[in-house]
Amino acid sequence: MPTAKQRLTLAAAAIATAALALAAASQAALAQPRTDLVVGMALEPPHLDPSAGAAGAIKEVTYANLFEPLLRVDADGRLVPGLAERWSVSEDGLTYRFSLRPNAKFHDGTTADSADVKFTLDRARAAESVNAQKAYFAPIAQVETPDPQTAVVTLSRPDGLFLFHMASGDAAIVAPESAATNKQKPVGTGPFKFDRWVAGDRVVLVRNPDYDGAKPKIDRVTFRFISDPAAQVAALKAGDIDAFTLFSTYEALPEFRNDPNFTVMVGSTEGETLLSTNNARKPFDDVRVRRAMAHAIDRQTLIEGVLYGNGVAIGSHFPPHREGYVDLTGLYPYDPARAKALLAEAGYPNGFDTTLRLPPPPYARRGGELVAAMLAEVGIRAKIEPVEWAAWLEKTFKGKDYDLTMIAHTEPLDIDIYARPDYYFNYRSERFNALNDELNRTQDPAKRNALYGEEQRLLAEDAVNGFLFMLPSVTVQKANLSGMWVNRPVQANDVTGVSWK
Amino acid sequence: MKRRLPLSLHLGAGLTLLLVAMALLSLLWTPYPAEQVRVIARLKPPTAAHWLGTDHFGRDVLSMIMVGARNSLAVGAAAVGLGLLGGVPLGLLAAALGRWGDEAVARLGDLVFAFPAVLTAILLTAALGAGAINVVVALALFNAAVLARVARGAALAVWRRPFVGAALALGRGPLSVTLVHVLPNIAGIVVVQATILFAVAIVNEAALSYLGLGIQPPSPSWGKMLGDAQTHLFTAPLQAVFPGIAIALCVMGLTMLGDGLRDWLDPRHRSSGIL
Repeated sequence: MPTAKQRLTLAAAAIATAALALAAASQAALAQPRTDLVVGMALEPPHLDPSAGAAGAIKEVTYANLFEPLLRVDADGRLVPGLAERWSVSEDGLTYRFSLRPNAKFHDGTTADSADVKFTLDRARAAESVNAQKAYFAPIAQVETPDPQTAVVTLSRPDGLFLFHMASGDAAIVAPESAATNKQKPVGTGPFKFDRWVAGDRVVLVRNPDYDGAKPKIDRVTFRFISDPAAQVAALKAGDIDAFTLFSTYEALPEFRNDPNFTVMVGSTEGETLLSTNNARKPFDDVRVRRAMAHAIDRQTLIEGVLYGNGVAIGSHFPPHREGYVDLTGLYPYDPARAKALLAEAGYPNGFDTTLRLPPPPYARRGGELVAAMLAEVGIRAKIEPVEWAAWLEKTFKGKDYDLTMIAHTEPLDIDIYARPDYYFNYRSERFNALNDELNRTQDPAKRNALYGEEQRLLAEDAVNGFLFMLPSVTVQKANLSGMWVNRPVQANDVTGVSWK
Repeated sequence: MKRRLPLSLHLGAGLTLLLVAMALLSLLWTPYPAEQVRVIARLKPPTAAHWLGTDHFGRDVLSMIMVGARNSLAVGAAAVGLGLLGGVPLGLLAAALGRWGDEAVARLGDLVFAFPAVLTAILLTAALGAGAINVVVALALFNAAVLARVARGAALAVWRRPFVGAALALGRGPLSVTLVHVLPNIAGIVVVQATILFAVAIVNEAALSYLGLGIQPPSPSWGKMLGDAQTHLFTAPLQAVFPGIAIALCVMGLTMLGDGLRDWLDPRHRSSGIL
């Protein structure tokens, strides 16, 4: 029997050994890179079916991670293989042949073949389709499936953007077996599959072990939804979030830039931020009034005041980082005196009263306040009317009942919205429509870019909307994380290439 | 009989007068136009040029607080004024009618009380749109209910007093009794309650403007200034301090004024310190 003293020594030794072991274990844990990822987003998706909803948050969770379109857009905006590993276009631009990955499977184990492609495309272009971008599928005349690995799509008219549209989240390939339940329990072909959704808090995806392509390094990704700006900053600082995408509390960026634990990436989005103007309503039906507003807005001040300098000014509806861009920011230099003169010429020497309706995002609420102050300088008294998203969509976007509003148009290459007769700008231009038709018929990149240039110039000359700035893609992330997208060529949080250093 | 004015009345009246004077002065003069934006000079601490510094758009904080005082007091005054106009006659009517009339007014009050004033205001602004007018309507509704209840209680007590019986015996009608005997006797209590409600209305307006539902920009409001300051708390904490102090002083002034008035008008409450 050991004495009491011996027992004490033994116990002490045991504790010391345990402590050492624990220390060694935690060292090992530190050396082992993490394999999970927590991504912060401001908005929660209403559901998780990208083929049936316009909310950007749906695609930000599912695009490339859970669902795959035929083609994908990569971090640099290039078209890369998605569910289709190869594709070809006929001379006349009417027939597209897609060869699918031979071993592709949906998460429920069913095969992903050309029948699913046909189902998806036919569903999206059907009369009762609820696809948010039905126009993307409108040119399709028929979809044929000569064999399980091949889908042949025939168009009724050439569409220069068809491949681009087939790479959008709206064209995610879904299966007939699961299409009806994708909103709550999404089943795709991507490298991650759905795990769970805690409403109001987060969506969890886990790595798909049966994925037939390159496997992601992360085995589990959690998307957390935090709308309050102060809470976003707090969650990042507490380490609860590994990367916050589309971060819009720009005033907090200097803090994160000065902190070696964080990396701040500022890239581009496709979001042209506009002072959308009801071109059919008096006095905005007079181009002189619209030009006066263009002269009254100081874009640099706006970018500084709203984005704290993290943005690029635009002079028309086209992003500066894309080919075909024409710099028209100098067309209406900031000149309040000139604005007043134009207003007087149009018959409003004392300005006029109007309403500026603002949806919830900070760029709109803050930017709207600044724009109203700038308009007031030249005599345009804009009453600010803040509204929620549902009300904005209903009254402004669908109802077209508004004077002015402020909104970022985030769909890529969407200049064709000015040719849509029922769009909420109420802009009608025979010349623009003719240019747009020609663009649709044109395949040659150089000619297409020239046409894009003409369209931009026309929109700027007509001063259809107030063209303000490009919304930046700001990501605040932990310094030892790599592979998050800097730019945002499509609405996506593609985490398939993310890893810890 | 001459009574000594309570200290809280002095302090409260002093603070309130100061704010009213500041609000009135803002009609004639502010250091800078309160809506003048100068982004380049944003988030500056207090300097000789800007006594309370500038906000995130480079607007002069002192000017904004002055105009904000005007807006807060205007909303408060309108909410309480409308509340008085609606609530006091209802309370008097309830007391005069008795029985089912009394019951009806009391239940109507319960209905309003079932929802806190801020919640009613949020519901109303959600349905009709954000803005000062809708905030005033919502707060006035709440105030009317409170004042009707207070007026009814006080009026019932007056109705039981002998001189009312005497007036009735002399052939005075209920309307005449209400106007000649009841109203003057409840006026003090109603004024005290109205002053307290004024303070509550200002806090509620600030809360709603903080949420973006109240007074709309470019017109400054203390609540909105607080809301805008929130994301700058780490970098420019003073942004939240000045509008916060303004709200606190205003509410303190009005509450002390109401307290003092009550003590002054009703010596029995002098030492109790409760409402």
